[in-house]
Amino acid sequence: MKKLSTLLAATALVGMMAGTAWSKTFVYCSEASPEGFDPGLYTGGQTFDAAAHTVYNRLVEFKRGTTEIEPALAESWEISADGKEYTFKLRPGVKFQTTEYFTPTRELNADDVIFSFERQYKTDNAWNKYVPGASWEYFSGMGLPDVLDKIEKVDDLTVKITLKRPEAPLLANLGMPFISIVSKEYADKLAADGKMELMNQQPLGTGPFTFVAYQPDAAIRYKANPDYWGGKQKIDDLVFAITTDAAVRAQKLKAGECHLMSYPNAADVAELKADPNLNVSEQAGLNVAYLAYNTLVAPFDKVEVRKALNMAINRQAIVDAVFQGAATVAKNPIPPTMWSYNDAVEDDKYDPEAAKKMLEEAGVKDLKMKIWAMPVARPYMLNARRAAELMQADLAKIGVTVEIVSYEWAEYLKLSSAKDRDGAAILGWTGDNGDPDNFLDTLLGCDAVGGNNRAQWCNKEFDDLVTKAKETSDIAERTKLYEQAQVVFKKEAPWNTLDHSLAVVPMSKKVSGFVQSPLGDFVFEGVDIAE
Amino acid sequence: MAVAEIKTATPPTGLSEFWFYFSRNKGAVIGLVLFVVILFVAIFAGFVAPHSPSIQNREVLLLPPVWAEGGRWSYFLGTDPVGRDILSRLIYGARFSLFIGLVVVSISVVSGVLVGLIAGYFRGRVDMIIMRVMDIILAFPSLLLALVLVAVLGPGLLNAMIAISLVNLPHFVRLTRAAVMAERSKDYVVASKVAGAGTLRLMFLTILPNCLAPLIVQATLAFSAAILDAAALGFLGMGAQPPTPEWGTMLAEAREFIQRAWWVVTFPGLAILVTVLAINLMGDGLRDALDPKLKRS
Amino acid sequence: MLRFILGRLAVLIPTFIGVSIIAFSFIRLLPGDPVMLMSGERVMSPERHAQLMADLGLDRPVYIQYFDYLVNLLQGDFGSSIVTKRAVLGDFLQLFPATLELSLCAILLAIFLGVPAGVLAAVKRGTWLDQTIMGSALVGYSMPIFWWGLLLIIFFSGYLGWTPVSGRISLMYFFPQVTGFMLIDSLISGQAGAFKSAVSYLILPTIVLATIPLAVIARQTRSAMLEVLGEDYVRTARSKGLSPFRVIGVHALRNALIPVVTTIGLQVGVLLAGAILTETIFSWPGIGKWMVDSVFKRDYAVVQGGLMLIAAMIMVVNLTVDLLYGLINPRIRH
Repeated sequence: MKKLSTLLAATALVGMMAGTAWSKTFVYCSEASPEGFDPGLYTGGQTFDAAAHTVYNRLVEFKRGTTEIEPALAESWEISADGKEYTFKLRPGVKFQTTEYFTPTRELNADDVIFSFERQYKTDNAWNKYVPGASWEYFSGMGLPDVLDKIEKVDDLTVKITLKRPEAPLLANLGMPFISIVSKEYADKLAADGKMELMNQQPLGTGPFTFVAYQPDAAIRYKANPDYWGGKQKIDDLVFAITTDAAVRAQKLKAGECHLMSYPNAADVAELKADPNLNVSEQAGLNVAYLAYNTLVAPFDKVEVRKALNMAINRQAIVDAVFQGAATVAKNPIPPTMWSYNDAVEDDKYDPEAAKKMLEEAGVKDLKMKIWAMPVARPYMLNARRAAELMQADLAKIGVTVEIVSYEWAEYLKLSSAKDRDGAAILGWTGDNGDPDNFLDTLLGCDAVGGNNRAQWCNKEFDDLVTKAKETSDIAERTKLYEQAQVVFKKEAPWNTLDHSLAVVPMSKKVSGFVQSPLGDFVFEGVDIAE
Repeated sequence: MAVAEIKTATPPTGLSEFWFYFSRNKGAVIGLVLFVVILFVAIFAGFVAPHSPSIQNREVLLLPPVWAEGGRWSYFLGTDPVGRDILSRLIYGARFSLFIGLVVVSISVVSGVLVGLIAGYFRGRVDMIIMRVMDIILAFPSLLLALVLVAVLGPGLLNAMIAISLVNLPHFVRLTRAAVMAERSKDYVVASKVAGAGTLRLMFLTILPNCLAPLIVQATLAFSAAILDAAALGFLGMGAQPPTPEWGTMLAEAREFIQRAWWVVTFPGLAILVTVLAINLMGDGLRDALDPKLKRS
Repeated sequence: MLRFILGRLAVLIPTFIGVSIIAFSFIRLLPGDPVMLMSGERVMSPERHAQLMADLGLDRPVYIQYFDYLVNLLQGDFGSSIVTKRAVLGDFLQLFPATLELSLCAILLAIFLGVPAGVLAAVKRGTWLDQTIMGSALVGYSMPIFWWGLLLIIFFSGYLGWTPVSGRISLMYFFPQVTGFMLIDSLISGQAGAFKSAVSYLILPTIVLATIPLAVIARQTRSAMLEVLGEDYVRTARSKGLSPFRVIGVHALRNALIPVVTTIGLQVGVLLAGAILTETIFSWPGIGKWMVDSVFKRDYAVVQGGLMLIAAMIMVVNLTVDLLYGLINPRIRH
């Protein structure tokens, strides 16, 4: 087979030369078609890669390769002492892209920013329902409608956001793709022409790449934006080659048909690593998979029982069987790439003997329980069924009988939230914005019981810590609070923390300047290819 | 009675005549032999298979077949990505495929014949409604309809079989109805009616046996088509769910190894092809033996 | 004739309504609801859930929903995707040419190989040639085409490196979509090598999709030919001393083709079912892959609209075949 891939590469190269003269083109083999090109409307990562990180910018953005916030379209900002007023100074001289379908006449100003926010939550805004079923999922998902009081123009380059209550994670939220800044001038033009839906088909922003064309389910084409405020990119053209089959993506990468690919099959990683023409970059993803006990139901309301079950399950075996090494065992509810990750926390040791004893001491005999396994593969858990089977075998060793249940995905999501759920549920979370609040409060806070808090776990000590951290703007102070919260979490064990999956990005050796994002985004600003 | 049967172009009088025509078709005999072998292997899978289909031997991941470099006799057709013996999985898989074929054909034949009999015998409004419903089912590409049905019912072998039976139904209904309508006005039916035979007796004992020939041929075709469709659904991830050693599901799981391990892709497909081919060969022979028009040409 | 056409149309209307009921019911029969899926792991507040259900019109009585749906259908509105929010009809029209191009190529290949093969087998009845052709046809007919496609990829793309693995044309070529047919558009674009590239991407999917129709057509042609060759007028023509070529080519084949044409018409549904698998294997951006993807994304608005469009298309094609057949063969009009 080795010979074949060289052959393939050779034919591809010949084809390359025979074709039309190509400028410096970067080809990315992406995993799925974008849902659309207006990032506010969608939740899919492939959509954010295709629209938000190419065409658009945000007020603030994540520093490449980190979850830290840095200035983008906002040059600087000030937060009032009570943590309720955020004043953003916009970067002067930012030009919107000039495309075949629109030529801007003015630069970015406060109107664009206000429009970008208001269209997502003001129901009287004409753009609030400009496509059928528009729902601005992230805007409401991140709780902005509850927190946001108003957004005002102070002057052409100053915008003030007022909140109903202090909310430290706001800045991180504003770095998220959904709140990309769009051009009001372009929107007005589309509205005047009666073609509002084009906002979602022919995007126009301030970002490093200008949208050229989308061939459905096949390719998206961009060219470098010559007017980009961050400087023109080193590559001339960017192409997303949509290739849904991971094995085919790998083959294309090896054949030199693309420079970088997303989400390889776990099974292919070893071979990709061995390929002399490829580099494989790896990083822990911003996610966690967990087994949530229902802490409202006996005997799982006892810490000792939960701890005993945790100790009886061999999580390393699960990681090996399900991910073939492309994941690490989790000990905290937040992933290690996130700030405030508490590495000092002591993990539960796999020890069936001790677990058995502990269960006996807690007075629990002949325990029968259900384990819920998701019916779908998610980045944090590729095969919940297989994981559940392994847990079943492990728990049988300490005399616990497990029945594995599953439901259709939408049903699963709904039923697993119920307070009277019978059994422990496998589920997980992929971080949105790199703020620990997005895990600790969202998934384990008292407010989330009956909702995102699948353990139905309300612990006063923990809840006070994370609530306090949410209201404090000082990062050092917040870090301390979150570190403490993780200690409480481990002591109380509402979950068995299963794994953090590893994000693997194979790319050609010719590629330079690509930095893996801990948020799982594919950002091509700053990449280059050697000739 | 025998005279009447030959006249009305219906099944041959005896097994011997049937066998005479069937065995004249060499392909059909080959098909029959193959089918019997597959059936034997499926029934006695527990004795025939060298390994358990689900035991994962982590020492031998993706071992090639015995004749390739690095192959071992104990894993004749090699192993899959988690170290299961492919041959054993194929042997157990035969059970699933034949079972699927059997269940689907039983469901669609029984319900199809029943509905077809009713439509053809009673005619009128009942017939019209039934035929419209069949038209509706036929207006969708069968695989697409089955796929969507399974998505609604939830992926799995049982639901896949139900869906495939349903999309197969119209063929049997139409066939039975046409045959019933052709037979209904014939003398022997009219005679029994005059003799006072009841509706049910007329439908099941008088008319039905005389429509059997085309139904048997169609049932054979449906048998092989069901195996193909179930494998296709499995391949699309909507049929039997892993780790079931159903052939289509095995192919779906093997797809990611297409570049590295040709054997995990090749053998399950080959198994499907051989089984379906064997049944279709038999189907051709059956048609020759049962269809007098072709018999004479 | 007009009565015949009207009669067929009258049958079509209840079928169409039935199809619409089926397509409509699927989405309602599902466990859970589409709104739950929109937010994934993040739980939605009950108020927001209710709001979105209302936005999608899912909170009203089912019969009113169905009535609205029917009215929309008649106005050409097949709904919008829950995932992409794009109009289903627009997506269908954009993707359909890809499926049509592939299907046309496949059916042409099947006809141009299948008819001569069938004729040859009939004329050389009983010889090794007949047996080989019919044997191959039966193998083709029994082929799990999803596996066949994978084998071809392994051999031609992997081992020989002759053909590309997936897609419609090399990414190097980029030109506006005029007709939607890559073969034609690549010629119009005038870009060197574009047409060749489009052809190389088309070859394997065409072979895979053509396999079953090819087998069916070859078998059908053979048996139709055998029947016709036994008829009196062919014997007469032969006895008059006409050349065998003329007898077969002109007299026999022409009559034998009538059932074959019907068979070809009936292959539309088979082709679409095959397209689902072929397009999935070759990542061919057509409606088959679109439907499968939508099923997996649980985008039931697309599944519903797509089912409707595909069923309508099949009904129209079947009607056309029916009418054409009625034209050729006046006997069946009654």
